[in-house]
Formats: sequence, C-alpha cells, structure tokens
Amino acid sequence: MQIIETVKAFMAAQPPVLLWGLVGVVALLSVAAAISAVLPLVNRTKDYKELRERITSWWVMVALLAAALLAGWQATTLLFVVISFIALREFLSLAPTRREDRLIILAAYMAIPVSYAFIALDIYPIFLVIVPVYAFLLTPFLMAALGQTKGYLSRVAMFHWGLMTCVYNIGYAAFLMRVPASEHLPAGAAGLVLMLLVATEFNDVAQYVWGKTLGKHKIVPSVSPNKTWEGFIGGWVSTAALIWFVGPWLTPLSGFGLAIVAVSLPLAGFAGDVTMSAIKRDIGVKDTSHLIPGHGGLLDRIDSLTFTAPLYFHMLAFFAVEHF
Amino acid sequence: MIRWLRLALIVAVARPVARFFAGTDVIGRERLPVTGPAIVAANHNSHVDTLLMLTIFKARAVHLVRPAAASDYFLKDPVIGWFSRNLIGIVPVARRKAGSGEDVLAPARQALAEGAIVVVFPEGTRGDASDTMAQLKNGVARLAEAFPDAPVIPVWIQGAGRVLPKGKFIPVPMTCCVLVGKPIRWEGRRTAFMEGLRDALLALKAEAPPLRWSEGEDSEEGETPS
Repeated sequence: MQIIETVKAFMAAQPPVLLWGLVGVVALLSVAAAISAVLPLVNRTKDYKELRERITSWWVMVALLAAALLAGWQATTLLFVVISFIALREFLSLAPTRREDRLIILAAYMAIPVSYAFIALDIYPIFLVIVPVYAFLLTPFLMAALGQTKGYLSRVAMFHWGLMTCVYNIGYAAFLMRVPASEHLPAGAAGLVLMLLVATEFNDVAQYVWGKTLGKHKIVPSVSPNKTWEGFIGGWVSTAALIWFVGPWLTPLSGFGLAIVAVSLPLAGFAGDVTMSAIKRDIGVKDTSHLIPGHGGLLDRIDSLTFTAPLYFHMLAFFAVEHF
Repeated sequence: MIRWLRLALIVAVARPVARFFAGTDVIGRERLPVTGPAIVAANHNSHVDTLLMLTIFKARAVHLVRPAAASDYFLKDPVIGWFSRNLIGIVPVARRKAGSGEDVLAPARQALAEGAIVVVFPEGTRGDASDTMAQLKNGVARLAEAFPDAPVIPVWIQGAGRVLPKGKFIPVPMTCCVLVGKPIRWEGRRTAFMEGLRDALLALKAEAPPLRWSEGEDSEEGETPS
C-alpha cells in the first residue's frame, strides 16, 4: 500500500495539465491502435503488420518519454544523452569513414557528455557555443594534427553535420527542462518538451496520413518520392491547429507568438525530414538502422526534431521564457 | 555455477553493451538454431564478432553456444585462458598443429556430440575491416561431414571490423548488422558444400547495408585523387 501512496503523492506533485496532456497522447495512441486492429477486418487483402509494429513501437517510445518527463530534468537529460548517442552512432556508421578516422569518431562522441554537461549545469551561454564554435574548430584541427588531409573538407563537414544535428540541436529539447517553475508555466517545464515532441511527431504522422489518403502531386520527387503536396499541406494545417489549441495549455505562449510557432514548426519538421532524406539518398540507404520496429533507425524518427527543437526553443526564449 | 554466471553475464551485461555500443541489427534472427548440434559459420574481422555471436541467440540457447577460437591466441595466457574457456565457452582449435596429423577439430566434434551450437569462423583468422572475404578453410565441411544432420547456418557480420579492427585495442561505437541465412545441409561432397557456404555468405553480404569504410589512404572511395 506504501507504493500506491507514493505513486499518488508523486502524481499529485505533477502539474495536472501535464498529466492530462500525457493522457491525451495515450488516448490518441489508443485510437490509432484500435484503427490498426479494425483495418485488417475491413481490407483483408492488405498486410498491416508494419502499421501494427509502428504503433507498438510508439507505445514504447511514449512510455520512455513520459517516464522521463515525469521523473524530472535529470532523467530527461539522460534520456536525450542516450538519444544523441544512438543518433550520432547511426550517422557516423552510415557516413564514409576510414580506419584513420577512428580517433576522431571517438572524439566526436566525447562532444555528447561535454555538451550535455552544460545543460546539467544550466549554463546556457556556454551550451550555445560549445558545439557550434568550439567543437567546430577542434574537429578540423584534430584531423590536421593527425596528418589527414585527403578529402579534408568533406570529411570535416561530415563530422560537423553529425555533431550539430544529433548532439547540439537535440540538446535543445533537453535544455527546455531547465526552465524554472517560477516562470508560471501552465504545465511545468515538462509541458514545454511535451508540446515540442507531440507537435513534431504529430506533424510526421499527419503528413503521412494525409499523403496516403489524398496524396497525388509529388513535392520533392528526387529526394523523397513518397512525399506529396497534399501530405505536406494537410500535415501543416493539422499540426498548426493542434499547436494553436493545445499550446496555451502546455506552454506560456499566446497570441502572436503562439501563431508564429504554430505556422513555422510544421515547416521546420518537414524541412528536417526532407534534409535527412537527402543525406540517406546520398549514402544509398532507406533507413538508418532497424532499431525501432516499423520505423527504421532512431535517426529516421528524430530527423524532424533536429530542426524543430532549436526553432521551438528560440521562439519560446524570444516570446515567453525569461530563463534563456 | 559458472554456467549460470556465464548466462547472466551474456544476457545481462554483454547483450546490452553490444546493443548500445554496436547497435546490432539482427536480420533473420528466427533462423538461428535454439537446439544443438548445429554449426554457425560466420565471417571474421574482429574480436567483436565473438561478442556479437554470443549475444544474438535466444537466452535459452545461450548455454549451448560455443565459439571456436584459436588456442594459440586465446589459451596462451592463463587468465585469458580461464576467461575464454569458462565465460566465453570457446572450443579450442589448435591452428598451428593443422596438417601435423593431430586432429585439431576433436574438441569441436566433441562439443557437437554433446549437442552444442558451435560457432566457426571459416576464414581462420580475422580479416581487415573492409568487407572482403578470405579463402574459406574446409574444417567446417569436415565438421558437417561428421554431423550430417546438424544444420550449418551462414551468418554475415557487417561492420564489426570498424568497431575494433585487428591490431587496435580501443573499441569505437559503430552500428553493426548481423544477417542470418538459411541453413545449409551436408550433401556428401566437400567442395560443393564449401561453394554453397561461400555463395550463401556472399549473398548475405549483398543484402547488408553499405559499409563505407576504407582501410587506408590508398583505397579511398568516392573521391578524386589529388
């Protein structure tokens, strides 16, 4: 009984809106699961195994993120350290590398604890520059010091791209948790992160669903042949509406600031998706790994987030949050 | 006692470590045997191969899995020897005594007779991390001949040579991929068997994700020479 009391006290200490937000996510996912259970009965000729796998994977991802958000900034930061590590590992494993690069690959991983340390210490000005300026300078110097000059610029760019997207940009999502409770956040700092994740992933799913149902006109056929104008616009409008209606409950945004976020975030998500597709096309793979059943690799799942996280963070900082 | 310690170490320590640092995707896991005797034949580029091969089996099959390993390398030091024998569970192969008339495969035969799943690396030694496959040694055919009912499962391990290439000591996290093929049966002829195994391994390799790894300055791919 002690355990139940502890859980009750823990939940009571959480902002009620955050709990309702999580309940909403679970409800959405339950609807999706119900649809995926009914679809095979309606259309017996099609195989819905991948859809079911996708939804099962969503449950796991939602459970992990919800647990981390409820547990606080330490757990959330740790979870994003792991996400950054796996994403960077997938990226560096796909990119062309040489035996001589092993030391620099190892050094690139070191950027993760360094960058996240400044999130844990809540030192924003250093976080802001440690990867984009100092890791940026150190990587090419290290390569030069090791005497590697062949294909120098393209190799340096490869490391820079991996560090910026997988470590620096993803770090913004974790840094949102450091906004103090004194800022009158309707759903706590976790609400800010929840809004970002829900909007980004909802946009991915909405684009996919609109594209599947109405899609006719290809939008970027040479990069991502399955993406259509109908999916893009449908996803954009649906996600903007979601942000407009849910935003005031989870974030301190309102009015003009909220409208700007609602309009721009889905665009950033689309841009992230297409950009990572271009990289995968260049490398010649469809998925970055098979880590998440039905989805592909972790990098396939967070490609939009590498664009939305910094944009959302900076807009919050500009319009609503004093801490940054 | 040691058997349980080995199972605990493999399932609770080695498996998460392998998944986290080498992110191993296993394609065709359902084709891996869960009962012995069975032979698993894999390509070999790194010590990581052995770690991966121990960690991809179902927990109930782990106690049967015995990787074949060179006794001249793994049993020369008493500490590493104890570790290799008891925790990794190696089947020693005395490579240096091959051709001397002594039966170097005797421990592997005995393990198979006891119902083990013996993992062999028919290339005989670790290759470089680029994905070329060396000439296969026919010891695996001799084992298959001795146990014609044991399935031989070809396995292609992609990328382990990048994690820890031969001659290096610090592992670097990189994603690996393990592809499990359909079992091959002993049909009565060694050359045909070896050709079948080689073709099966190369077919698996062709399915693996691209490995854009180059061994040295000279074997640069995709870039124009300066």
